[in-house]
Amino acid sequence: MRPVNPALSLKLPIARARVLLSLLLLGFALLVGRALHLQVLQNDFLQRKGESRYARLLEMPAHRGMITDRHGEPLAISAPVESVWASPAEVEATPAQRRQLARVLNMSEAELNKRLSGSGREFVYLKRHLRPDVAARLVQLGIAGVSLKREHRRYYPAGEVTAHLLGFTDVDDRGQEGMELAYDDWLAGKPGSRRVIKDRLGRVVEDTERVLAPIEGRDVALSIDRKLQYLAYRELKAAAAEHRAKAGAIVVLDVKSGEVLALANVPAYNPNNRSRRDAARARNRAITDLFEPGSTLKPFTIAAALEARLIRPESTVQTAPGYLLVGNARIDDIHPAEALTVSELIQRSSNVGVAKLALALPRRQLWSVLSRAGFGAPPHSGFPGEVGGRLRDYQRWRPIEQATLSYGHGISVSLLQLARAYTVFAGDGTLQPITLLKSSDAPGAATRVISPGTARAVRAMLETVVHPGGTAVRARVPGYRVAGKTGTAHKVQGNAYAPDRYVSSFVGMAPASDPRLLVAVMIDEPDNGDYYGGVVAAPVFSAVMAEALRILSVPPDAPATLTEPGEWQPGAPAPEVREEV
Amino acid sequence: MIRINLVLLCLLAVCALALVTGQHRARKLFTELEKEQDIGKQIDVEWGQLQLEQSTWAMHSRVEHIARGRLRMRVPPSGRVRLVPAPAGSVP
Repeated sequence: MRPVNPALSLKLPIARARVLLSLLLLGFALLVGRALHLQVLQNDFLQRKGESRYARLLEMPAHRGMITDRHGEPLAISAPVESVWASPAEVEATPAQRRQLARVLNMSEAELNKRLSGSGREFVYLKRHLRPDVAARLVQLGIAGVSLKREHRRYYPAGEVTAHLLGFTDVDDRGQEGMELAYDDWLAGKPGSRRVIKDRLGRVVEDTERVLAPIEGRDVALSIDRKLQYLAYRELKAAAAEHRAKAGAIVVLDVKSGEVLALANVPAYNPNNRSRRDAARARNRAITDLFEPGSTLKPFTIAAALEARLIRPESTVQTAPGYLLVGNARIDDIHPAEALTVSELIQRSSNVGVAKLALALPRRQLWSVLSRAGFGAPPHSGFPGEVGGRLRDYQRWRPIEQATLSYGHGISVSLLQLARAYTVFAGDGTLQPITLLKSSDAPGAATRVISPGTARAVRAMLETVVHPGGTAVRARVPGYRVAGKTGTAHKVQGNAYAPDRYVSSFVGMAPASDPRLLVAVMIDEPDNGDYYGGVVAAPVFSAVMAEALRILSVPPDAPATLTEPGEWQPGAPAPEVREEV
Repeated sequence: MIRINLVLLCLLAVCALALVTGQHRARKLFTELEKEQDIGKQIDVEWGQLQLEQSTWAMHSRVEHIARGRLRMRVPPSGRVRLVPAPAGSVP
């Protein structure tokens, strides 16, 4: 017999076994409880930890919309570019690599080292908006801690031609000026994000949820016609250079729809080059600058007088002896005349005659026509920074103010505002709302300014301006009847008018039988001897109008003159009179 | 009873394997879709660049320069333009 193991024969107290058993059970229960706690009750934390091993939040960038002209030709496009960024703490580069990197980025080594020295920062841009080929070379260097980030950069294919109108965006693709700023929300879109599962190779294998759908930027179609825009800019630039002018602006309007077909300014800048840009060049003068219109305002005075039945189109006004005394101020005509018909007042641009009419008019009547024609209020084109000009309250007019206002002094306008006001004569006496966007629907409600009869009568008078004996013979367009008015005004300097600084302007429309287009030209400080609107601004009008009518295939309304022998040709001398300044 | 259980067990195994292969194929297809979408985006980008290039080539100043300079084109003088009236009832 084998001896019995003494341990087995040991008699243990039953209570001790129970304590041990319950301790074991308790430990087991604790484990179950903890497991339950982790897996069922408070599983968020672990789930997140687990997910972070394979789930990723991807950013979905939104593309900035295009700006196109009315025919869909692109005027502003976003193209992808690469920006280089580094996390300074993680950069591991040998001095040789640093040298290479500096060379690729086209910056000095010292500057690169300075940027990489900020070890406290986690994100430093080394260079933004690299060309794709440069970015590819950078990838080949394979430096740890240096990465690329895809961004978008704005390109303006038409360059300086559309610079003022479109404005520009900053380096982060946000609109800063012009239409880019005005429609920034519409163009920009919103980046979204989505949660995905990635496999070991970094490929996306499953789309778990879309946290935020990206909103793509939408396109904006402007009312601008790129061809007309180029044409207008070209002619304006040539004229400004020829007359050594400080600045200039031009507006082309579609009379029927109130759309702005072209709007250009000089001096211009290249919007594709961010580094060279100064505020004076970037200003959109046609919309944000004011000037005293001078004689281009006379037709409104005549219209007010016709409306008040003070005169009839065939009435005559005595302008002798060529000057008019108002209080102790004197209004002069350079070419004193005798009695002139109302039409001749416009044709020869007589200050005295128009001032006489204005003084005979009730103040309210004159003010009301000007105010309804949109003077003194912004034209609501939607362009940021547009100005409304100044039209003083008629209750505080002094007689001399009332007289000078009639020929466009003591009132300030923007060129766009002036162009818009002339739609009153181009149409049937109503003022059209204007827009810089292509409008498919019918134009908005127009406000009546003068009666259709008055509008027609004034338009007929405006036609005589380009006839021999008028102030703007050079505004003629072969084949078409043209109506328009010149303006030449001294510039205000301090409190007085500068004797030798002028603003020359011309506003006109064609075909006069049923106007389609309206062109307004303003040349600021021509400095080449000539300063009359009929000499400086009218040829620009003629050149732009002639080609614009051809491009839009508007049928000529005076084709008979085409074959007329001895017809006046551009450049040939023709009898014309200088307008009164 | 045991037989039914065995059949169910087999069925379960088949289903489990099908689930795994299904998931795998779904992910594979998804990667492919993702790849195609990437290509689509790339093509979009290229389209934008081509558009940019086209509008640069078609710049009016360049077209005008070539038309006037190399091709010796010009606008006909008004005397040489003949207007043909549109026949009645035609769309202008």
